[in-house]
This record gives sequence, structure tokens and C-alpha cells, in this order.
Amino acid sequence: MKAVLRLAALSAWSRRLTLGLTLVAIALAVTLLLAVERIRTDARQSFTQSVSGVDLVVGARTGGVQLMLYAVFHAGAASNNIGWESYRALASHPAVDWALPLSLGDSHRGFAVLGTSADYFSRFRFGDREALRWREGKAFAGVFEAVLGSEVAQGLGYRLDDKVTLSHGLVEHGPEHGDKPFRVVGILAATGTPVDRTVLVSLESISALHLDWIGGAPLPGVAIPAEFVAKFDLRPKEITAALVGLKQRSDVFRMQRFINQYRGEPLLAVLPGVALDELWQAVAMVERTLLAISALVVLIGLAGLAATLLAGLNERRRELAILRALGAGPGRIFLMLTVEGVLVTTAGALLGLGLLTVGSGLAAPWLLERFGVVLATRLPGSQELALLGGVIATGLLASLVPGWRAWRMSLADGLTPRN
Amino acid sequence: MTALRISDLVFRWPRQAENCLDIPLLELGAGERVFLHGPSGSGKSTLLGLLGGVALPQQGTVELLGTDLTQLGGRARDRFRADHIGFLFQQFNLLPWLSALDNVLLPCTFSSRRRDRAGAVPRAEAERMLRHLDLDTASWSKPAAELSVGQQQRVAAARALIGRPEILIADEPTSALDAERQQIFIDLLLQESAAVGATLVFVSHDRRLAGHFDRSVALDEINRAARSVEA
Repeated sequence: MKAVLRLAALSAWSRRLTLGLTLVAIALAVTLLLAVERIRTDARQSFTQSVSGVDLVVGARTGGVQLMLYAVFHAGAASNNIGWESYRALASHPAVDWALPLSLGDSHRGFAVLGTSADYFSRFRFGDREALRWREGKAFAGVFEAVLGSEVAQGLGYRLDDKVTLSHGLVEHGPEHGDKPFRVVGILAATGTPVDRTVLVSLESISALHLDWIGGAPLPGVAIPAEFVAKFDLRPKEITAALVGLKQRSDVFRMQRFINQYRGEPLLAVLPGVALDELWQAVAMVERTLLAISALVVLIGLAGLAATLLAGLNERRRELAILRALGAGPGRIFLMLTVEGVLVTTAGALLGLGLLTVGSGLAAPWLLERFGVVLATRLPGSQELALLGGVIATGLLASLVPGWRAWRMSLADGLTPRN
Repeated sequence: MTALRISDLVFRWPRQAENCLDIPLLELGAGERVFLHGPSGSGKSTLLGLLGGVALPQQGTVELLGTDLTQLGGRARDRFRADHIGFLFQQFNLLPWLSALDNVLLPCTFSSRRRDRAGAVPRAEAERMLRHLDLDTASWSKPAAELSVGQQQRVAAARALIGRPEILIADEPTSALDAERQQIFIDLLLQESAAVGATLVFVSHDRRLAGHFDRSVALDEINRAARSVEA
């Protein structure tokens, strides 16, 4: 048996060019399949990790998914704000343990600016109820002080006491708040969540920035210099959204009803988990389509393998007849062909996994920056192993075809190949 | 003692109306060197398949060394072929990607009997045979595909003879050689098969070669199926 396998290996080596190309095709197909699967699970993981310990996310009335996307992931813009009075009423509700106001809408070189309270740094939780940690500096205390997420600081090369100017709106190169620069007072440690790509300032700073602005543009002829803003009332008039923690989780539906039926203005409260589930349902169709397409690509690769082995059979008729004359039974001939196909498939699958590992290492920073998806370099998960197993099993099935054909051929040919 | 005995053999290919072979009797003695004349289309390949045990007749017996192949299962017939028969075909009967030496050693990987009969170190025996057949040492480790036709035939002869099989079946082994080399190769084959004591069945369509052998048998004369087709 060992001798037969050695012969099979030598024979395969003599056809290494065609088999090699087939192997590469399978490897690329497997890379695609695994990449889709990995990005899918890692995207979910990243989103799920982004917020923890929050019972309700509150915003103006809109879709639950949309509210989650802009409030937590800073993706897209809010259609409406909520009044500060409504927020106060909500935050002082007896069932509420804590509340964090969120004010979005400005940006700094593509990174979102989040106006919030200083409580944010002690209250906010991500991943498995982890708290934010400081890399250096401390929370903002006054107006025009900013705290940077780790990627903002790293990507733009900021250090403590550097000056940053914010832009109005979410587009890069939007109108600048150039007259009111911020001083960097703190830099957060990396979290792998959208916080890393956020510039955090106080709500008062947001108000101060917009004192001389109206409707998204500077008031013509009015300029209030930074040193005079303290003379104005900087209490926020409205915020974009709020994160709410309850004293008792069991109150969550009662509280949600209270907010959704709030008389002062139309509000929406969503449970983060429920909203994420909705999001997954929305993207599940796309995910399934992508997985199906990449599975098809793998099938094409394996069909190519079967075709290559079948096409090679005609040239190998003499080889098989010689092996028959030497005493190889048709079963061994069948085995030789099938084993060859399975080995090529297995090698292709492993090469694909290797390509994915290398490729994901290279693509991870880009994916993180562009889509906020943390692509972890890790051993294949059970799902990926199941996919690999499926590929190899399908490869076995595909290899049975040339195996069967060789078996038939060797029975028909006997010792003298017909050409 | 008979090395080979075919009696009352009838073979017909599936989905064919006519019999391909119908041989009442064919007997070869041990150590006999027989020329089997078979023009193409005379059922020569089929007969070789039956002797090798890769095909079974519808009727009759194929006895080799006292064993009736028709009574053996498929695996046993494969084993019998590996153990007792050396095959030599027309050109291209080496595995092209295997070295000359490894080609000679092939029967020893398929049959432990022939490995045992090839001496304590089969590789040394293979080298001895190649040297004896006048193959220069430089070409021993070359892939068979890089050898000349003459060299290939000598390697194939060594492969058929290693481990001293009782029966040597050569199917048109000289058709790719020129007349002079044919002569040399047949002499070599006769000499070597005598040296290992094998019964030699030399199959060819070329009647002129018959003179070298102890006996000559014409397939279309012993095969009643061929005669009925002609008639």
C-alpha cells in the first residue's frame, strides 16, 4: 500500500504543472469561502463587542437599526435630535441608574466627534463589560479640551497638548471650526470598538463651537472668539442620542414603553441586542448570497479538479495498464486516482487557509479603518473547520469520478491499452 | 510438467454476437520457449488478458503452473500475475517518470514472492541485471522517458525477469527495434529466460522471428473463432 502511494505521489509529481494549477484554483476558491465566513463572523463579533451593559439606546423616532448604527457605530447621520429637556426627564426617571448623552455631527479628518459628559469614561463598557482605560492623560474638564481614541491618536500622530480643529459635518474637508482649536488632554487605550476612531469632547464644547453658527453654516458677520465663549450659556439645547442603564434590567420593557410614549416629543428606545438581531436579519440575505457564491466557486474549482484528472487519464492509460500487468488490481487503480484527487483538494484547502491567514493579516488594518471590522488573526473556528471539512468531502466525491473511470478503464483495457 | 494449459476456452466480449476466442487446447511445457504468431485482430490481446487473469472466459479453463485462474477471485488472480508472470510489451512499457532502476524494481513492490526471489537486496539484483544487459551506469538513475528505445526495452526485460517469474510473456517486444537490434534482443531474451528457467511466450505478428524459438504456434490456427469469422 505504501509503495502504491509512493508511486501515486511520483506520478502526480510528474504532472505537477497541471495539478499545481488546479491546486491553486482550489486554494483561491477556499480562501474566498473562508474569507467570506471570517469577515461575516468577525463583523458580527466587532458589532456585538462595541457596546456592553447598555439597557436602552434612545434617540429621535427613526428605525431601530438606524438608531444603533449612528448612535453606537457612528455610521450615518441622525435625521433628528432629541431635546435636552427630554433627556433630563429621562435621566432623572427613578428606574434609570445612569444615562450618557451623545451629541454627534462634527468630525475631525474623517473621524467622528462625540460630545458627551465626562461620566462617559467611567460608565461606558464594551466587549465583556470592560471599562475604558487611559493610555495617557485624563478626561476633558473644560471647554475646548479633547480626548482621542487610540486610532485617532495613532493614525494622525497626535500627542498630549497637540491642537486639533474640528470640521462641521461628517465629510472630510467640510467647513472648519478653525477659530476654536481643541487641546488634546487624554488618549484612550485601544478597545477594538468605534471609540478608537472617535474624538471625544464635552457637550459644552459642542455648544461653544456652534455659538456663531446657524443651520450648518457660520453666521455671517458674527464671530465669537474662543476666549469669550465662557460668557455664554453653554448648556446643550439638544443631543443626538443617549445610552441608558437601568437599576433593574427587568424594568427594561416598562422603560422602553415610557420612552416610546413620551409626551414631550417623539422618541425611540431600542434594546441593543434586539436592534443588532434586526441588523443581522437585514444582512443575513447578503451573507447567505455571498457564502453561496463562494461555495459555488469552490464547486467550480473541484469540478476543474475532476476534469483535470479525467483529461489526464487518457494519457495515463498506458501507465495504468503497466501497473495492472505488475499486479495492481482495479481497486488499487481506483484508489490511486481517488487518493490523488483528495490529496490535491486537501493541499488546496490548507493552502487556502494559509492564504487567508496571510491575507487577513495584510487586510486587517484596512478593514478596521474603512469598516470598523476587527479581523482577528487566529486559528480557524469550528465553523471554518466545518467548511474545510465540507470542501475536502466534496473533493472526495469529485475524485470518485476519475477513480471510477480509471477503474472501468483498467477493467476494459486489461494489459493492453486501447488508444 | 506443463507451465500453461488452456482447454475448451470460449471468450466473447460483452455485447458481441461472435466469439472472440474458441481454443480447444493449448499446452506449453515448463521452460519451453514458444513463438505465438498472432496477426492483429486475431484475439491476441484478449488471449494475453486471459493469461494474465485480467479477463475471464465464459467457458473452459486457463491453468498456469497447475493453478486454474478461472477458479480464483479477482484479487487472487492479480496476486498470481504479480507473483508468477513477467510481462514485456511493445515500446513505452516503462513508467516514464520513474528511474530505470526503480522501473526494474517495480515487480518487487507489488509481489513479496518476487522480492524474496530477487535475493537479499533486490536493488543489488536490479543493478546486476542492468549491468548484465549492458546498460551503462549513468542511465540507471535517469527517468525512463529519457532513455533510448533500445535502452528502454532492456530495462523492460530486466523488469520482466527480476524475481525469476516462472512465465515470461512478451508482446511484440521488438516491433520498435531495427532488424539488427531485434536479433540481439531476441537472443538476449532467450538467453535470460533460459537462465531463470522461465517459460517464454513470445507473441508477434512477424512470422520471420519464429525460427529462433523451440516451437511456433499460430493463434489463428488454434482459434476456431477466427476460422469461423474467415469462413
